[in-house]
Amino acid sequence: MAYSDKVIDHYENPRNVGSLDKNDEDVGTGIVGAPACGDVMKLQIKVSDGVITDAKFKTYGCGSAIASSSLVTEWVKGMKVEDAMEIKNSQIAEELSLPPVKIHCSVLAEDAIKAAIADYQKKTGQGGDA
Amino acid sequence: MLMTVKTPIYLDYAATCPVDPRVVDAMLPYFNQTYGNAASRTHAFGWAAEEAVENAREEIAKTLGADSKEISFTSGATESDNLAIKGVAEYLHEKGKHIITLVTEHKAVLDSCKHLERQGYDVTYLLVGPDGLITAEQVDAAITDQTVLVSVMMANNETGVIQPIAEIGKVCHRRKVLFHTDAVQAFGKIPIDVQEMGIDLMSLSAHKIYGPKGVGALYVRRRKPRVRIAPQIHGGGHERGNRSGTLNVPGIVGFGEAARIAREGMAEESQRIAGLRNRLRDRLREEVPHAILNGSEQHVLPGHLNMSFAYIEGESLLMALKDVALSSGSACTSASLEPSYVLRAMGLDDELAHSSLRITIGRFTTVEEIDYVVDLIKKHVGRLREMSPLWEMVQEGIDLNSIQWTAH
Repeated sequence: MAYSDKVIDHYENPRNVGSLDKNDEDVGTGIVGAPACGDVMKLQIKVSDGVITDAKFKTYGCGSAIASSSLVTEWVKGMKVEDAMEIKNSQIAEELSLPPVKIHCSVLAEDAIKAAIADYQKKTGQGGDA
Repeated sequence: MLMTVKTPIYLDYAATCPVDPRVVDAMLPYFNQTYGNAASRTHAFGWAAEEAVENAREEIAKTLGADSKEISFTSGATESDNLAIKGVAEYLHEKGKHIITLVTEHKAVLDSCKHLERQGYDVTYLLVGPDGLITAEQVDAAITDQTVLVSVMMANNETGVIQPIAEIGKVCHRRKVLFHTDAVQAFGKIPIDVQEMGIDLMSLSAHKIYGPKGVGALYVRRRKPRVRIAPQIHGGGHERGNRSGTLNVPGIVGFGEAARIAREGMAEESQRIAGLRNRLRDRLREEVPHAILNGSEQHVLPGHLNMSFAYIEGESLLMALKDVALSSGSACTSASLEPSYVLRAMGLDDELAHSSLRITIGRFTTVEEIDYVVDLIKKHVGRLREMSPLWEMVQEGIDLNSIQWTAH
């Protein structure tokens, strides 16, 4: 299978690999996927005054899954939480030129950022009005 | 040390092999010098081609303890499997309509059986143990008065696991049921004797033994019992009526030469290749934590290694090993997005099937290449685990089975 240059770049030089303290008040953690399906993404954001100041990920999955999560962490850094909610999997798929069989990787990345935001909002008691 | 190997490195010999230079040399005259049709009986061009084909037939038969009249050439082992299974089923359809095979067979066997199921045949798919093996007793217990054929592969393409063929052959002959084996992976790697093993039909391929692609053979027993099959390709009655069509003379000559080389060098070559495989297996086991061998360690072909590297996904590892040609049981490497059915049939959970690599070693593999690949796998498994949320959870002492995953 041929990968796009952007997928290879993110896979070989992933941005923002790592973990934030999940017990920190300002940190939201999203874990999506399942080992049996071949991909699990953990995406974390750190929020200050409604702006995402840091993002980290860890991904178990194919190269496209790693690239999708890496790209999303790059995008959300510096973004307002409400803007990050608007990220669509189609934008991720387009940016990485994912083939049809890999679209689910971009869906998972979108789910991961939404799950991280939801976790942050739950912690800080601001339910879903972002 | 990393400078001494030339990349890319080919470690996918179970998929196909480079043609041995001696085989190429043997084939060349048959393209444009001795180019006759082996079926032409009226001139020297035809006679010379026929002689070359018969020599190749003899070489292949000798490798199996068979008579050359028992070898029919085909376009490859997929055709041989189709011909054996459909050919026996069709010929014996009045005797019975039950076939026994394995869940871990090659798709050429499984899809032929599925085709027969649609035609009203019953097929029993025997389950394998965690080591990939079945027993002759399982076969014995599955045979009914309707059974006409048992098809059990000699060695599995993904794991290299070798089935107890001689014992199964004994059961089949006692119960008077024909026994077919797909020996594509085993042929030329381990000794085969159709008499000792009680084999009635056997599928073979040239390109897995350093011969050309597009040539295969079906062994069909002629005595005790005389096996008859209904041809699946009609048109002239070549190959004793088993398979019509002008013979691929250069390909068949190459197949014969490849069989000769394999037979004469088998003992020495198998030992060398098994030595490399054991080195690879042992180093990976010792140097990479959570590296799990898939399939029997004793009953396995010399060149096969199938291992899972827990907590990382196979395709991402293949991507890291881009200078090395090998294959994975990961769903992401298959068109169906399903992880390897062979590994799952052995009871591996999906996660470990996704994390598996198949490394197959062959005639031109060197010890430097093996060491290079071990170092590379070690490095990238470590890197990918640092990136894996599953690895992180395991390090924190979290039981992955206790988590409610969001399936998608």
